[in-house]
Amino acid sequence: MDLGPHAVFIVASYAVTLVIVVALIAWVWIDHRRQSRLLADLEARGVRRRSAEPAPARPADPPAPVKETAA
Amino acid sequence: MAWIDLANPTRFLRLVDRALPWLTALAVFAFAFALNGAAEAPADYQQGATVKIMFIHVPAAWLGMFCWGMMTVSALGTLVFRHPLADVAAKTAAPLGAAFTFVCLVTGALWGRPMWGTYWVWDARLTSVLVMFVMYLGLLALWRTVEDPARAGRAAAILTLVGALNLPIIKFSVDWWNTLHQPASVVRLDGPTIHPSILIPLLAMTLAFTLLFVALHLAAMRNEVLRRRVRTLRLLQAQAARGA
Repeated sequence: MDLGPHAVFIVASYAVTLVIVVALIAWVWIDHRRQSRLLADLEARGVRRRSAEPAPARPADPPAPVKETAA
Repeated sequence: MAWIDLANPTRFLRLVDRALPWLTALAVFAFAFALNGAAEAPADYQQGATVKIMFIHVPAAWLGMFCWGMMTVSALGTLVFRHPLADVAAKTAAPLGAAFTFVCLVTGALWGRPMWGTYWVWDARLTSVLVMFVMYLGLLALWRTVEDPARAGRAAAILTLVGALNLPIIKFSVDWWNTLHQPASVVRLDGPTIHPSILIPLLAMTLAFTLLFVALHLAAMRNEVLRRRVRTLRLLQAQAARGA
């Protein structure tokens, strides 16, 4: 591929774009690992959001009324 | 699933986990196709091989503006509908938009030097894009300055709406003023003025960049939801320690 007399400008443009795109991907990936690890650490220590806590046990349903049948 | 269901962050996280691998694969295929097309595209009769810079400059410019448009919709979601994910979307879009606007400015300068004889000129198009970049940096600073995400979200939403006034100025600057920058050649009422041998790789590259942006944005939104959960848990932990 012949890039002509201005090849340095073309190559520099693609190089800058590549560096920025790779940096964005790395930033998102590293941030995800970091936040996941922090969340797992906190949960391992027993800290939970209220919405993530198990619902309190409901009192047992009252026994169904027994129909008295004429025996 | 109704769009309102996405107000539930847990449901949103599940959706992102499912969609991200597909989006990533689509973006990789789109880039492979587009880069091959860009390499095979003929040299322009006036600009020679430097026209290849257009294949990254135009998609970056498009994403810089698209991202601000998306943040504007999110700002309305924050201020009007108080959608819980609206400010998450806006906050995570800002660094991406800043990065692509930076790519647009740098590649434009590198294209301008051999074609115009200068890296920079203070004409309406270049200056209005620089203003957008500075406003992106202002938004990033604002998000970092205000600690409470809800308050930061409202302040950033107002700044975003103000910055949206710049979008039509960027788009029509080449028509309203006499600029060194060329006029629109893709989105025109009378159709594109670019030959298909260059237009098709350009559109393919724009699609590839857009898919990359959507994938990065969803992944960054997922990170932000997790970050807010970490913040909530730390606050709960601090409350529990104080109460003990």
